[in-house]
Amino acid sequence: MEFFRQTKTINFMGQSKIAIAVSIVLVLISWGILAAKGLNYGIDFAGGTIVQVKYEGAAPIDTVRDTLATNPLYEGAQITEFGSPEEIIIRLKTSSKDVQSDMGDVTREALKGTGSFEVRRVDIVGPKVGGELREKGVMAMLLAILGILIYVAVRFEWRFAVASIAALIHDVSIAMGAISLFAIDVNLDVLAALLTLLGYSLNDTIIVFDRIREGVTASKSIELADVINESVTKTLSRTTLTSLTTFFVVLTLFMFGGEIIHAFAFTLLVGIIVGTYSSIFVASPILMWFGFNVGNYRTKLAEAARRRAEKEKMRSMYEQGTV
Amino acid sequence: MKLNFRVIVFAAAILFGVVFSVPSLLQTDKGTKITLGLDLQGGLHMLLGVKTEEAVNSRLKAIASGINHFSEREEVLIDGLAADDESVRFTLLDGDDAPAMDKMLADIEGLSVVHEAESYRLSLTPEAVQKTQKQAVDQAIETIRNRLDQFGLAEPTVARQGEDKILVELPGIKSAEEEQRARELISRAAKLELMAVDEERKMRAYTMTADEAARFGDVILPDAEKAGGKYLVREIPILDGSMLTDAQVAFNQNNQPVINFSLNSEGAQIFGDFTGKNVGNHLAIVLDGQVYSAPVINERIGGGHGQISGSYTVEQAQDLAIALRSGALLAPIFMLEKRSVGPSLGADSIKASMIALIGGFVLVFAFMIVYYKMAGIIANIALVANLFLIIAVMAMFGATLTLPGMAGIVLTVGMAVDANVIISERIRELLYQGVSIHKAIEEGYANAMRAILDANITTLIAAIVLYVYGTGAIKGFAITISIGILASMLTAILGTHGIYEMLETRIAKSKNVGFWFGVSKKKAAA
Repeated sequence: MEFFRQTKTINFMGQSKIAIAVSIVLVLISWGILAAKGLNYGIDFAGGTIVQVKYEGAAPIDTVRDTLATNPLYEGAQITEFGSPEEIIIRLKTSSKDVQSDMGDVTREALKGTGSFEVRRVDIVGPKVGGELREKGVMAMLLAILGILIYVAVRFEWRFAVASIAALIHDVSIAMGAISLFAIDVNLDVLAALLTLLGYSLNDTIIVFDRIREGVTASKSIELADVINESVTKTLSRTTLTSLTTFFVVLTLFMFGGEIIHAFAFTLLVGIIVGTYSSIFVASPILMWFGFNVGNYRTKLAEAARRRAEKEKMRSMYEQGTV
Repeated sequence: MKLNFRVIVFAAAILFGVVFSVPSLLQTDKGTKITLGLDLQGGLHMLLGVKTEEAVNSRLKAIASGINHFSEREEVLIDGLAADDESVRFTLLDGDDAPAMDKMLADIEGLSVVHEAESYRLSLTPEAVQKTQKQAVDQAIETIRNRLDQFGLAEPTVARQGEDKILVELPGIKSAEEEQRARELISRAAKLELMAVDEERKMRAYTMTADEAARFGDVILPDAEKAGGKYLVREIPILDGSMLTDAQVAFNQNNQPVINFSLNSEGAQIFGDFTGKNVGNHLAIVLDGQVYSAPVINERIGGGHGQISGSYTVEQAQDLAIALRSGALLAPIFMLEKRSVGPSLGADSIKASMIALIGGFVLVFAFMIVYYKMAGIIANIALVANLFLIIAVMAMFGATLTLPGMAGIVLTVGMAVDANVIISERIRELLYQGVSIHKAIEEGYANAMRAILDANITTLIAAIVLYVYGTGAIKGFAITISIGILASMLTAILGTHGIYEMLETRIAKSKNVGFWFGVSKKKAAA
C-alpha cells in the first residue's frame, strides 16, 4: 500500500508565513490560558491527600458528600467520580504528618455506614516534598533541553539547535495550554509525558533536519527554501506514518489504559499532533529566518572534507615512511 | 538463504530475550523476574522525615546528666544545671573546682565551652550537631530495617533518601489493618526506661503541677492502662533501653501475654544495685513516657531480667517486643509522603495496561503488514523481539515495572517501528529511482542510520535526565524507555538488516517489489 506517491515537491515554505502565524497565535493563546487559568497542580506538586474508594455497586456520592461536609477535617474536599460509577476520589489540600494514623484511616472511619466499600489508594504528599518535586521537575525539563541543545549543535549546526528548541518550546507550550484548558491535574505522570513529548517532538524534527543536511549537499538548488521543501516532502511519509502508529498506541492507552493513565495519555495525544505539525511547519522556517546559508554550509562542508582528506594523505605518507 | 553475522546476533538476542523473559511472563517461581512496582502489586510507599533537632536536644540532655553524675561523684558543687535546645548551662559554686570541671568537659567530644567567671555555657560545635543529626537518621534507618525484618514481610526496602529522609517500601501489604500495624511498628519510639517512684511524695501525684514536680527533680507520667492514672517518678531514669539485650513474649499465670526483657551486664549491675537498695519501694516500668506497671521490689533482682505486663493482645505484645529488641528511635519520625495502593487496584491497573498494550500492538502490527507487506512482517518480528528483550533486560537487572513503566513499553511499541518506517521509506525511495534491490537495501540502511541514531540519542538524553531527576514511578518509565530504545537499535536496525541480507537472493530473484516492500510495480519501474 502507498499513500505518498507524489514525486512532485510540495511547496511547504511557500505556506510558512501562514503556518508560523498560526503557530504564534496558538502559542500565545496557550500562554494566555496558562496565565489566566494556571496549572492545576495535583498533589504530587502541591501537596495534599487523595483517597480513592471503591464501593460495591454504585457509589452513594451524595451521601458521601453530606457525610464529609459535617466533618471539619474535610473542609474544601473535592469528591468526584473516578473512572466508573463505583469509584470515587476524595481530594484534600491538607496532608497529615502523623505516621501512626493518617487521612486514609480517618476516611475509612468517616465513611462507615455509607455502604460497603474498600479504600484502594491513599496518597499523601507533604507540602515540602511537593515543592521539591516541582523544583526537580522544572530542573529536569531545563536540563533535558540543554542536553539536547548541545547534542544538536554538535551534530548539526547551532541554527539547527536553536530551531529545534524553538519547535520544542512551541510543542510544550501548546501541550501545557491544553492541560490548563482542560484542567488536567498536573502530577508526576504528566511531567513524564511532557518529557517524553520533548524526546518525541525532537525525534521528528531531527529526522527532518537530517534530510535537510543531506539535501544541502545533494540538492541541485542552493536556495534553502527549495532544499527544505524537497527534504520535508521526502520525509513526509515517514513523519505521518510514525506519528500515526504512535498515535494509535497512545489512543488505545487513552481509551483503555484506565483512569490513572488518563492524564499521561492525554498529554501525549496532544503532543503527538502538535509535534508532527511543528516538525514540518515550525522548525524549518526558523532555520530560514536565522539565515542559514546553503552556499556557506557547502563551503564549510567542503573545507572539512578537504582537511580530512589532507590528514588522511599525511597519515598514509607518514605510514609509508616518506615524509 | 545465507547466514550472516547480523542474523546470528539477532537470533542470539531473540533467544536471550525469550529465555530470560519466560520467568516474568509465566510468573514462575524459578529464575529472575521483573519485580512489579507497588502501584501494580499493591503495597505501601512512605517517605519519612526525621526530627533531627530532637536528637541534638537529647544529646545535650545526656551531657547534662553526665555533668550531674560527675558533680555528685566528685563532690563538685554546681548550681542551676539546665539544658535547652541549644545549650547546657550551670554555675560552679567553688572556683577551685574549675580545673577538674574543665578536664571533665574536655573529654566530651564536639563540645564548645564558654565560661565567664564561674558560669558555664556549653553547646555543640556545628560539626558535632551535624554528626548527631546524621547519626539520628542512620540509627532510624537501622532500627526501622530491623523492625521490618522481624515483621515478616516480603522484601521490605528501607533506604536513605537525600540528607535526612528515609524511603520505606513495603510490597505485599494486603489490608488496611496490616498497613496500620506496619506503620505503628515503624513509628514507635520504643524508649524503655526503668524509673524510681518518688516514695516520699507519690501521694501528691494527682495534685502536683509539672513545674512543682520538676522542682523536686520529679516528673509526672500517665498510666498506660488506667485512663487518668498518674505516677510521680524521679526524673533521671535508673536505666534506659540502650542496655537491653533481648525482649520476648511470654505468658503469665493468667495466660496474659507479657514481655520478658534481659539487660546487658552493665545494666544488670545497676538494676541489681538499685533493687538491692530499694526493697519495699516501687519501680516504674516506663515505655514511651507511659507507666506500664509499678511493682513493689520484693528483693534484690540479680541476673538482669525484668517483665512488662499490660493488657495487650498477643499480636501487640509481639510488635512491642520487636520494637524493643530493635532499639529505640533516637529522634521521632514523621510522614512526608505516603502512597498506598490496594492489591485490587494494582490488578486493575495491570489489566488496563495489558489491554492497551495488546490493543496498540495489534493495531501497529496490522498497519505494518498492510502497508509494507513482507517488509512490515519483518519489522513486526523485530518488534516482538524488542518486547521480549525489554522484559528480559529488566528482569536481569532486577528493575521494577511500574504503571508508567507499562506506559513506557506501550509507547516503545509505537516508537520502535519508527526505525523500520524510516528504513522502509528510504528503500522505497531508492526503488522508485530504479535502483537494484540489493543496492536499495544497502543504501536504504546506510541513509537511514544517521537519522535514526540522532533521533534515538536525543530521546535517550531526555530519558536519562528523567531517570536522574525522577522519583519512583518516573524512574521506572525512564528505564523502560531507555531499554526500549537500545533494544530497538539492536532489533529494528541490525536484526531486520540481517533478515534482508539472508533473504536477498530470493528477493532479487522474485523481482516482486510489491510483495516485498508494498510498492506497486509500475511505480517502482518509473
